Amino acid sequence: MTSLTDPQKDRFRLSMLLYDTRYRSATIQIIALIFFMLVAAWLISNTAQNLAALGKPIDLGFLTEPASYDINQRLLDYDSRDSHLRASFIGLLNTLVVAVLGCATATVIGVIVGVLRLSPNWLVGRLMTVYVESFRNVPVLLWIVFFMAILIETLPAPSAFRGDDPAAHMLLGDSVAITNRGVYIPEPLFSNSLGDIHLFGASPLRFDVSLDLIAILAVLGLGLWASAWIRRRADGIQEATGARPTTWYLRLGVVSVPLAVLLLMLGFHLGMPELKGFNFRGGTHMRNSLIALWLALSLYTAAFIAEIVRAGILAISSGQTEAAAALGLRPRRIMSLVILPQALRVIVPPLISQYLNLTKNSSLAIAVGYMDITGTLGGITMNQTGRELECVLMLMMIYLIISLSISAVMNWYNESVKLRER
Amino acid sequence: MSGTHAHTVGFTRDTMIPQADPPMTSVGAIGWAHKNLFSTWFNAIVTVASLALIFYVLAMIVPWAISPTWESSSLSECRDILAAANGGESGHGACWGVIRERWVQLMFGFYPSHLHWRPVAAFILLGVALAPVLFSDKVPAKLLYFTLAYPFIFPWLLWGGTIWAPLSVAAGFGVGYLAYRIVSAVAGDLLSVLAGVVAALVWWLVLSGYVVDALAGLIPIGLEPVQSRDFGGFMLSITIGVVAIAASLPLGVLLALGRRSDLLIVRYLSVGFIEFIRGVPLITLLFVASTLLNIFMPPGTDFDIILRVLIMVTLFATAYMAEVIRGGLAALPKGQYEGADSLGLNYWQAQRLIIMPQALKISIPGIVSTFIGVFKDTTLVSIIGLMDPLGLTNGIRADTNWNGIVWELYGFIALVFFVFCFSMSRYSMYLERRLHTGRK
Repeated sequence: MTSLTDPQKDRFRLSMLLYDTRYRSATIQIIALIFFMLVAAWLISNTAQNLAALGKPIDLGFLTEPASYDINQRLLDYDSRDSHLRASFIGLLNTLVVAVLGCATATVIGVIVGVLRLSPNWLVGRLMTVYVESFRNVPVLLWIVFFMAILIETLPAPSAFRGDDPAAHMLLGDSVAITNRGVYIPEPLFSNSLGDIHLFGASPLRFDVSLDLIAILAVLGLGLWASAWIRRRADGIQEATGARPTTWYLRLGVVSVPLAVLLLMLGFHLGMPELKGFNFRGGTHMRNSLIALWLALSLYTAAFIAEIVRAGILAISSGQTEAAAALGLRPRRIMSLVILPQALRVIVPPLISQYLNLTKNSSLAIAVGYMDITGTLGGITMNQTGRELECVLMLMMIYLIISLSISAVMNWYNESVKLRER
Repeated sequence: MSGTHAHTVGFTRDTMIPQADPPMTSVGAIGWAHKNLFSTWFNAIVTVASLALIFYVLAMIVPWAISPTWESSSLSECRDILAAANGGESGHGACWGVIRERWVQLMFGFYPSHLHWRPVAAFILLGVALAPVLFSDKVPAKLLYFTLAYPFIFPWLLWGGTIWAPLSVAAGFGVGYLAYRIVSAVAGDLLSVLAGVVAALVWWLVLSGYVVDALAGLIPIGLEPVQSRDFGGFMLSITIGVVAIAASLPLGVLLALGRRSDLLIVRYLSVGFIEFIRGVPLITLLFVASTLLNIFMPPGTDFDIILRVLIMVTLFATAYMAEVIRGGLAALPKGQYEGADSLGLNYWQAQRLIIMPQALKISIPGIVSTFIGVFKDTTLVSIIGLMDPLGLTNGIRADTNWNGIVWELYGFIALVFFVFCFSMSRYSMYLERRLHTGRK
């Protein structure tokens, strides 16, 4: 039986899609999704029509055609008969080279400048402020072309090194030549080389890995592991007996002796650059474009890193230092146990996003002719083949993969150092 | 009582010692230098080394920069002037003639010279339009109406053409609002917003073309049109920067709200867009603008390269802006959201009255540094062939008169960028101080 006071049965009406908060969010989302799919479909159909009109349907076949252009700065073997895919791969490695070099240098400079900005010495603090402000407030592209101009215009030509009384000299005991065509540094050579492993056969992604390098890294890694084991053992002895055995010569020995023996067996020597004819021969040639890009990117990013480091140090209240001192910790342990762990939590996330910026800014290499992935795939390959859609989309995908991997590392780190609040 | 006092009398000084000056080493310039420059021997060495560095750099730059070559009209003439000043030998100095001769080009590109007043007026009016936003305590609030009208004046002044085009774009907003009011009288909020958007879109995409043509035929008021390819120099950089910055702020707010929304699909769409744009370098987006955007549009569309660049730079800035504002939203204590809910405000009221004013205030430093970043990144358009200052240097250096000029041009451009960006960052500090109403 029913009474008059019973609530009416809630029957579904169409207007509830808009006015009932239970359904409203679903309605909005479905409208948004439909709108998004309509826009996407419109863009795709436009693209298909335009490509059909231009007579070039999407096709990645161009990647296997010979590239027929040269890449002068490269890590792996390449010549102009290789395919576009090989050229892009060489370009990708060049991007990674300049990104890694740049990140390392920028971190070192940035940390030093960031600490010096807090220096009690007024003059040093001001100098560092001038550095930071002048690099942060001028476009990085301008810095890149500016450094390129400095290298080309102010450094001596190779011919200046010739003659009995040359105008320019090689540095570090005739091992490094800094010229306006680039920097020549000694290259490591092995007379009893173990040879290379050829990964991926003859495919465009073939990759030669030097067995010498692997052997050196393996021996070094083993040595460091043994050294850490000796230290842990010394820690154990110290805890048990109170006396710490002297281990520094042992630890030095397990790292350096096997390494020295290995290098001797491999016949390690340095190949020095020498002036022959109009140019230097031998050694490793780092071209101006690489050096300019590397210097500009690292100095520019270092200015940002300096600010991050400074903010990180200032974020730790002085009470932390004082409390640690009151507990009887020594200054070095205060730094390593109290200040650094907290400061790093502030510093590392923005630091990694600066690494990300540096990697993305390395695409400006195209302005000075350094053949990175943008210069190869997004530059000459795109212009030669006319495959804009494929090239640009692939370029974006590659950068996206690099960025997402870096930010995955960042998220993992953030998660691991997050304050565990209860 | 009597004895305790008597035997201390002889040891009491009855006059004050005159106040002595503090030691020389702790007051005045010497004291300051002692404290800040020479406090330890290591500090003293560092100070001397820094002074030597400063002296070395200045000794290189100052004699080079002070050079009587302002009136010269070619590099060889510069060399003659410098050689004459140096007593016959080849001198060393800057060749400022290139700046004198080309600074108009560096400022305006190839914009017709009799129309230079238009970009100048546009940028002066930009200052007027920004004043009520930037210095809200010193400028009458009525000026805000001008700020609202300015987005329609700005493109009209720069590109010229009939006045009815910007007016009709503005009318679209009016049409949308009208539709919103009419529908909201009979239906709910969501439906009326939808009606407003649809009405505005119908006006812009379908009707306004005919209306503009008709009105332009009847009452031809307009400015001489200027082609986009004539744009260049700092005018181009500022145009791209200002448009991208102005458009990215509201879009970034929407995107940030989308990313923090409870609506799953909206959130994923926002996250996807933000992460995609932030994951690729700007130069690839500019490649999209220069080569692909026309392919994405209906066949036969060929819209302007500057417009395409503006779209891509705006999208780029929007993604970064959204992340900055999301940071501000996340920094707001949860109580603010709950307080707004408990007052019975709906979502948009809460955002407008409670959340956004505080969140935007927190994000000011980030917003300004995004602005600075976007403005600096406008130089990248030189890579796809637009004539921004950096793009113009190639043409100037290829000129036979100025072949071999490097430092003067780059130095001048760097200086202008520095002045703009540095003053923006100082302004953000001023704003931070002024808005710091003490929430701690």
